[in-house]
Amino acid sequence: MISLDVLIAGLATGSIYGLLALGYHITFVVSNTVNFSLGATLMFGAVLFYELHTRIGLDIFLAVPLVLLMSGLLGIIVERFFVRPFCQNNSVSWLLSTIAFGIILENIVRFTFGQEPRSVPMPSIAEPIRIFNAGIYPIEFIIPAVGISVALILWLLSKKTIVGRALLAAAQNRDAAILQGINVKKLIILAYVVSTALAGLAGMLIAPKLNVSAGMGTLIGLKAFAAAIIGGILSAPGCLIAGIGYGVFESIVAAQLPSAFREILGFGLLIFILIFKPNGLFGKKGVYKV
Amino acid sequence: MKLTPTQYLGSLLLPLMFLSVPASAQEQVKIGLVAALSGDSALSGESITRGMTVAIDEINAKGGVLGGKKLVLVRRDDESNPAKGQLAARELIEKEKVAVVFGGIDTPVSMSLINVMSELKTPYMGVWAAGTAITNNNKNPNYMFRVSAVDERVDAGMLKYAQDKFKSKRPGSMLVNNPWGDSNMKGLEKAAAALNITLAGQEKYNTNDMDTTAQLTRLKNAGADSIILVGNTGVAAQVMKSLERMNWNVPVVSHWGISGGRFDELAGPRYKDVVFVQTYSFFGKQSPVGEKVIAELKKRYPEIKGANDIVAPVGTANAYDATMLAALAINKAGSTNGEKIREAFYEIPEYKGLIKTYKKPFSAESQDALTDRDYIWVHFVGNAAVPVN
Repeated sequence: MISLDVLIAGLATGSIYGLLALGYHITFVVSNTVNFSLGATLMFGAVLFYELHTRIGLDIFLAVPLVLLMSGLLGIIVERFFVRPFCQNNSVSWLLSTIAFGIILENIVRFTFGQEPRSVPMPSIAEPIRIFNAGIYPIEFIIPAVGISVALILWLLSKKTIVGRALLAAAQNRDAAILQGINVKKLIILAYVVSTALAGLAGMLIAPKLNVSAGMGTLIGLKAFAAAIIGGILSAPGCLIAGIGYGVFESIVAAQLPSAFREILGFGLLIFILIFKPNGLFGKKGVYKV
Repeated sequence: MKLTPTQYLGSLLLPLMFLSVPASAQEQVKIGLVAALSGDSALSGESITRGMTVAIDEINAKGGVLGGKKLVLVRRDDESNPAKGQLAARELIEKEKVAVVFGGIDTPVSMSLINVMSELKTPYMGVWAAGTAITNNNKNPNYMFRVSAVDERVDAGMLKYAQDKFKSKRPGSMLVNNPWGDSNMKGLEKAAAALNITLAGQEKYNTNDMDTTAQLTRLKNAGADSIILVGNTGVAAQVMKSLERMNWNVPVVSHWGISGGRFDELAGPRYKDVVFVQTYSFFGKQSPVGEKVIAELKKRYPEIKGANDIVAPVGTANAYDATMLAALAINKAGSTNGEKIREAFYEIPEYKGLIKTYKKPFSAESQDALTDRDYIWVHFVGNAAVPVN
């Protein structure tokens, strides 16, 4: 019998994975590249939020947009200096360079923010709500609500706005999109900005629950990528659903078994699914021109 | 052969060649510290440094060691990582030529140094990490010494405290999943058997666990009426948050891992309910040594205005006494030779220290200077560890 708090906690963690998985998806569909520094960007968002809101005392309605803006700026930097130079030379070294950027960012934060974890006290994590004997923090409702809302907004934007439709077009057929006059280069930049802003948002959401530290993003980034692969990196709903599912699965495993099994079974699940569904659960086959 | 005047004068300069060795290298004895200077337990490394620094200043003010040589501290950050700790210890011994290596808060790091210290024949002085097997290893000769608590003795102490103060009949333990947690798991089993106490269970939790409700629920269902907590600040804080989430008002008796960081900030409102073990408190009436150490700390670190500001005090206190004892051993050995210093530790005469008066603190049978009679029990008020009652 799975208790309500295990389920809700899993939904919350899963939504964080889902947001990052969406970030991986967005850049991959538009540019066939993945920003492996999203975990570090999540950490950056959390740390910046701590500095602006908790330490300096900036109002949350100012701190949140500022963090989103700065996280988005990181996307511009990553795309321009750590991805584009390699793509222009048809090299896959963007893989290693985005990992390197993540490591650099983590260590810059270690050096400036410090090594100790800090807490982000918020009303949403102050007192748990009691439902059927389970204690659930308000933030554990807020995170999935925000995560799913953001995903829905992105979906609506992609369907109803010109920029959104241009992104979809570029994702389906980049050459055709270029021929139609769509500025694919700008779309790639936009995709990176959206992906890092999503990571920054995820960082702000998880900060009160996790405590903020320089190393907080690495494992989350890795698991979110696993979720993106499980869901099918070419499918936005797949990435979100797989992220949430992965979080719930982890939470159930940790509740029933020693917590060391969480990683063993989580990544084991990834391999198992890929054996039977190589493109992920919701993924489509990629088209390779020969 | 007859020398020209130039050659003759030049030859007078030859002896100056031997003065090219820096004067400082001849006049100093280095001691090393391998500890967590960063990460979750960064404050512990700083507190150890302060204790050692105050002791070193005092020793140097009185003329240093080995007939006038200045004692110098060389530090390396092990980042709570055993592999990094080993590299750091090797570098300190082989390159910096330290006479003694002092250790930090992390038992896994200290455990990984047992073989290194034996191989390089250099004494290790633990000032925090309490894993029983650090000093109770099967090395002969044994190079591991310690002025600190010992897990086995702390485990018995925690169970006795839970029994006496909280009338606990079925304690349950929450142990961090690493060698330190394992050491205490064994210690608690042994102590429970000796004290005729039935443990409700022993649960493990990982350092990256966001929530430990599952483990705590299993203990609660098994009838646990107190929690024995073993873990460092960050991870133990999550246990307290989980207890808050479960609304389970159970007494918590902890090992001292929680005193190495910002427990009050990370653990939520229940942080002050945790009783934990210490070897010393700078609160209350101090001995003359205590007053002297506080005065020196205030002088060296102006942000320290009182006991309240001495963060992670056990590291400072243990390190102070340990440095004094190490200096006594170095002097007794008459050299910086590791084997001689090791033997000299057994011959330290009486020493009126901060924590207690040491009488033959080390022997081949016990290389731990402190016993459970030296422990005190405290809880946090803010970030200050204040004795309970």
